[in-house]
Amino acid sequence: MSSKKEPGVQAPKKGFSRRGFLHGVGITSGALGAGILEQEAAAAPPVNVTGLGEAPVTLTINGKPVKVNVEPRTTLLDAMRDRLEITGAKRVCDRGTCGACTVIIGGKVMYSCTVLAIDAQGKDIQTIEGLSNGNKMHPIIPAFANNDGLQCGYCTSGFVMASKGFLDRNPNPTYEQVKAGLGGNLCRCGTYVGIRKAVLEAAKELKGGKNA
Amino acid sequence: MPNYNWPPMESRRVMGKRVTRLDGIQKASGKAKYNSDVRPAGTIHGVILHSPHAHARIKSVDTSAAEKLEGVTAVRVVAPAGTEIQWAGAEIATVAARTEEIAHDAVRLIKVGYEVLPHLVREDDLSKAGSRAKPAGEAVTGDPDAAFKQADVVHEGVYGIPVITHCCLEPHGQTVAWNGDTVEYFPSTQNVSGIGGDLAKGLQLAAGKVHVHMDNVGGGFGSKFASDLWGLEAAKLSKASGGKPVKMYLDRNPEQTIAGVRPSVYAKIKLAAKKDGTFTAWDSTSWMTGGFAGGGLNADLLPYVYRQVPNRRINHTAVSTNNGAQRAWRAPNHPQVSYITCSALDDLAAKLNMDPLEFFIKNANLTAKPDVYTSQLKKAAELIDWKNQWHPRGDKRAGVIKRGLGLAVGMWGGAGHASQCRTNIHPDGTVEVELGSQDLGTGTRTVIVQVAAESLGLPMNAITLKIGDNSLPVSGASGGSTTVGGVSSSTRISNLNALEKLFEVVAPGLGVPPDQLEAVDGKVQVKGTPAKSLTWKAACQKLGVRTISEMGANDQRNPRGLNTGGVSGVHMADVSVDIETGVVKINKVVAVNDCGLVINPKTAEGQVYGGVIMGICSALMEERVADEGTGRVLNADMEFYKLAGIADIGEIVVHMDITPEHDKRGVVGLGEPATIPTTAAIANACANAIGVRVPTLPLNAKNVLNALNGRRLA
Repeated sequence: MSSKKEPGVQAPKKGFSRRGFLHGVGITSGALGAGILEQEAAAAPPVNVTGLGEAPVTLTINGKPVKVNVEPRTTLLDAMRDRLEITGAKRVCDRGTCGACTVIIGGKVMYSCTVLAIDAQGKDIQTIEGLSNGNKMHPIIPAFANNDGLQCGYCTSGFVMASKGFLDRNPNPTYEQVKAGLGGNLCRCGTYVGIRKAVLEAAKELKGGKNA
Repeated sequence: MPNYNWPPMESRRVMGKRVTRLDGIQKASGKAKYNSDVRPAGTIHGVILHSPHAHARIKSVDTSAAEKLEGVTAVRVVAPAGTEIQWAGAEIATVAARTEEIAHDAVRLIKVGYEVLPHLVREDDLSKAGSRAKPAGEAVTGDPDAAFKQADVVHEGVYGIPVITHCCLEPHGQTVAWNGDTVEYFPSTQNVSGIGGDLAKGLQLAAGKVHVHMDNVGGGFGSKFASDLWGLEAAKLSKASGGKPVKMYLDRNPEQTIAGVRPSVYAKIKLAAKKDGTFTAWDSTSWMTGGFAGGGLNADLLPYVYRQVPNRRINHTAVSTNNGAQRAWRAPNHPQVSYITCSALDDLAAKLNMDPLEFFIKNANLTAKPDVYTSQLKKAAELIDWKNQWHPRGDKRAGVIKRGLGLAVGMWGGAGHASQCRTNIHPDGTVEVELGSQDLGTGTRTVIVQVAAESLGLPMNAITLKIGDNSLPVSGASGGSTTVGGVSSSTRISNLNALEKLFEVVAPGLGVPPDQLEAVDGKVQVKGTPAKSLTWKAACQKLGVRTISEMGANDQRNPRGLNTGGVSGVHMADVSVDIETGVVKINKVVAVNDCGLVINPKTAEGQVYGGVIMGICSALMEERVADEGTGRVLNADMEFYKLAGIADIGEIVVHMDITPEHDKRGVVGLGEPATIPTTAAIANACANAIGVRVPTLPLNAKNVLNALNGRRLA
């Protein structure tokens, strides 16, 4: 099962505007927390965000500290895309359903559209940009390309991150586990056949230890 | 003039090979840029205020508070007082601001007075449509009344397939900067060469003033050809904000509400056959909606594929509803008419106590291609083990899980669109291939480079491809599965025109006339004589300081045998249905499709996998739910507008009909035919499993259980 199924990251129920909800919460400067991050929050360094309007925060993305001005209601996804030019994660459903914005926070696979940027301070945030460096890349990336596990590519970053997180937890997955473990991401072009093959191929490659 | 023919099937080195798509690593590593990722320096954000009412007259729009909000740079009223709104989600006003958050705040500060008017948002019950229903008249062939009287078996049924949305993952929108007298335009589009002129027209600028850039598009499926109101508004917001680039993409709710839908089709169908299974008569009364304009359905396609039935009567009605407008949706008309036709034919076969495979083959003479359909039906049957797995309607085995098989057919055109290509060969040996085309994720980049490598005798990595810019040679929009035929043909012609110029320069040195040269394996050589050759680089050096730049065009009136249209397909499905929960599970789908000369079997198969999966989504899940009470779409999101996930698609078997006979037809498009028959095949498999027709899609628990309960009550 994906860690995304944990209750804290579920979108509010129907009839409830997430954006409006976050806007409301923002006034309390994150005091409400965002569920899943609560446990980690205790250990995080103190954060100074007050009131409405933008305030500077530091996020640790792919091991590097980056400074960014955000409002309390700004999601991690929007902070990355609109303020930091980190655009691998995509905004699609914007309410925790489709997985196109998937990142890994503190080892957990999460939807960055359902995490407030201010709540991501002090956490280790890994994005798709962190999976490659020049010609060096995590085996899941060539596996997606080789198995044609993508078409338009807009879901792909999220799927690659979900697959990376899945393989971290399941280094020896069966075909059935792949199907269950990647249920938190949606593709409209219909590339699932290639994605299934890609994840199994990457698992094999990782076991070979070539890209440890 | 060069011989432009495709090289013989057996001697191709790059075409026909399973080449991995060229942009695969870029996309899988998150580096590929979409225009929704693009933020030129100084970018500000646009947000749209949408109508909450399906039908209303605007009494007043007060933007004063929004204009005063700090960070707002422009506010525009799209629908001033007096405007009549005809669907929920219609655009009322737009705002540009320093951040998207501020723009959303500003939109909330706009006060709009509405006079709410009565609406109609559902068309499934035609009797409630009143004057909103516009009958298109009757078409009759033969003598259907006499044929029904003489028939041995007559079946009547009602079938429905609801409105569905495109659900593009990258929403519609653009970043656009109107600075001075030129516009830099970054739209999410299927129409790189054409969309700039469309925007320019709306802005009353000369067409050449709009410069379009697009590397990648996150899905279009037929909904992204025009610049749309949001393109115009973003440009005007930019101008009003001093030329700052404005990024404005639809939020998911309006994306699902106003950015295009596939029309519904409902039909009362009566059809007849002789005892031996000969299909003799068809009578259908169909209706649909594509939104306020009513929309179009080509009812003349009925009965689909088996259209040469001697006796037919067609009545069709379009219903105007207060919903966002239809747009082309992957194979317009065809999935819906395939569903209603193949369902009705399957029911007729059941009434005849006949195996539908036998029925569809027996009547193949009523199709335009009896031999192709017969062979594809047989091939698909073999791949799904129809002979051993099929049973008469209703799985009689014990238990609550019922299993069944179903089949359906499709057809499509897919001839190449008008396309121009330029090939540049430089003295240093580098080669550029340039087209104002786009790669929707179908593999267009890859097939163009395969064609160029084949034609120029070079490795693929020696070709630099430039697409995605409207200053490049004009190439058609990607719709109708016309791209691959168009761009492959123009590329081939352009490459060979350029090569001819190179041969003219090189020939004297090799001591033969230019037409005795060929380009193979990175060399220019005397035909069949590798000993008399120059390396590609040495040959290009002979150009001195001159670059060869030659055009090539696919002329749709004379495609020179390089591309053609007209393809067929047969899909078969194997499903299991839990008759206690109503859940339908896909076990297997088999897809047999022909598409002429296949340039890249790997990406071609990808198109079919994708088409089948879209068909599964439509069969099992997709339905835009319009609420008659509020006039709004209840599931304009992605948690209640369901798409299939990775576990929902079963096993998919793709069989591309790659044969010398199909190959010699030239290149034909595949994207649309690949999705047409799947939905109907699944619906028929469900009927075969549970013994009763679920008349209206999707095959969700509600519809399946209602159908089963109806049977129990009967």
